Amino acid sequence: MSALNSAMLLALLPELMVLALMGLVLIADLSGRVKGRNLGWLTIVGLVVVVLVSVSTAMPDATGAAVWGGTLKHDALSFVFRMLFLIAAALTVFFVLDVPALGDRGAFYLLLLASVLGMMLMAMANDLIMLFLAMETATIPLYVLAGFFTGRRDSVEAGFKYLLFGALASGFMLYGLSLLYGFSGGEVEFAALAQGLSKTQAPTWAVLAALMIVIAGFAFKVAAVPFHFWAPDVYQGAPTPVAAFLSTASKAAGFALLVRVALVAFPSGSLPWWGAALAAMAAATMTLGNILALTQTDLKRLLAYSSIGHAGYILMGVVAATKLGLTAVVFYLLVYMLTNLAAFGIVAVLERSTGSTSAANLAGLYKRSPWLTLATLAAFLSLAGVPPFAGFVAKVWVFMAAVEANLAWLAVIAVLNSIVGIYYYLVVLKVAYEYDPPEDAPPIVVSRPVVWALAALAVFIVIAGVAFGPWFGWGKWAAAALFP
Amino acid sequence: MIPLSWYLIVAALLFGIGVYGVLARKNAVAILIGLELMFNAVLVNVLAFWRYLQPTGTAGLVFAVIIFAVAAAEVAVGLALFIAVYRRFGSSDVDDINLLKW
Repeated sequence: MSALNSAMLLALLPELMVLALMGLVLIADLSGRVKGRNLGWLTIVGLVVVVLVSVSTAMPDATGAAVWGGTLKHDALSFVFRMLFLIAAALTVFFVLDVPALGDRGAFYLLLLASVLGMMLMAMANDLIMLFLAMETATIPLYVLAGFFTGRRDSVEAGFKYLLFGALASGFMLYGLSLLYGFSGGEVEFAALAQGLSKTQAPTWAVLAALMIVIAGFAFKVAAVPFHFWAPDVYQGAPTPVAAFLSTASKAAGFALLVRVALVAFPSGSLPWWGAALAAMAAATMTLGNILALTQTDLKRLLAYSSIGHAGYILMGVVAATKLGLTAVVFYLLVYMLTNLAAFGIVAVLERSTGSTSAANLAGLYKRSPWLTLATLAAFLSLAGVPPFAGFVAKVWVFMAAVEANLAWLAVIAVLNSIVGIYYYLVVLKVAYEYDPPEDAPPIVVSRPVVWALAALAVFIVIAGVAFGPWFGWGKWAAAALFP
Repeated sequence: MIPLSWYLIVAALLFGIGVYGVLARKNAVAILIGLELMFNAVLVNVLAFWRYLQPTGTAGLVFAVIIFAVAAAEVAVGLALFIAVYRRFGSSDVDDINLLKW
């Protein structure tokens, strides 16, 4: 145990600044001086400052170092993800600002920041204790956020279901963690855990079973089959910006932690069947997600199933367990987060203007709001993986990673799934472009902050699809943390 | 001294009872009690492993403290949500709370 020193504080600087921002928002809200959406602006400015200060002062080496007694890992992988969570949170706030009973509540921003803090710790977690603590810190505020509209039955139900399934998943995961802790002879740090497990006296099937229980917890977090069933219900009932945050940052945080566990604590070959189980999960997740998405008529449910499908593609990169695989995972998550935020942002606009999230509401959107339709086109085609949008490049890299790791069969399943995916995304666009708007169609009102956020996201989707070099470079840098 | 495996068996039984409670009960509060049993089973596991494998280390103790602190936070949020549900639906029975379906 070393004494507190400046390197330790510097490693945790982004988290400490988020904590300070939480205090600031709380005081601003309680003092009554800052009202309504100004609290949101305060949060946005604060998050941007945190990102800028972190990038300029707290940047780690690629391989980084374990800090705080080995509990946290301050390396390129965790750093890239932490910045991504901050950006995703800031963009979510843009969509929240003008939502009544949400954007004018200080509690909302406070809970959002608490959840972001947990996600940042998830990206850094380097032992079993921090794994559990960070995951719960990220998830518990999300239960409340999902049920934030206490006056609406669907929102309350979404929070209720999310809590019940989430608590059950974390109970199971914790049981698995306690067994791994015991089987390894009392080790908690990931690297030491791997060593402890390599000379364990416990039978292999028991270790594998404990690991599978832990993976079930992760599968819940990233909404992977067979623990995906909560996602459509919760996304549909939760306030739309919260659903956006859930499907992007929360999922990415799950993956940030999963890659560390899968690559450091359980390197491929350490257990029989472990890679195969993960591969089967990837295949099942993408297939089920895409097929169930075909029948959806509600945009939020459609995006929920589509996000389950995307979790399958990302898992493919985790299964590959190579440097290219990890690079592809980071790049895919970056693109997916920003694209899906745009998609949910568009749904939030529709919901505010028309009062529902049914896909039929899109009818004639082209005539009612051409610019919004253009953003929809960029977001949905990118999700479908059509060039020249970013989603295409991201998919190509993940597929390549799978082929390189001798998982060609998985890549074939993924390509077939992408084709299925294109169908339902195009149906949405067809409704927006081809159908005539109904006579009494309400005008589409897009508030100023949402315009800025959507425009920035749409521009990013195109730029990252054409000139993916710098963004992919970040992925490479992050992957160098585990594959120097 | 009592062998380690006895503790693990007790914990596994406790965990099983908790899971059964969560899956079989319809009342939300009863489900929450089942969840508590699951968390307590984990606590027995962690503390038994700590005592038998690394009695001089502190990781197991820290783990245990964090588990019950988080479990308490989870229950607090859970009960708050149940109250909101009860106000909207007039019941906290999971069978009645089923607006969202595919």
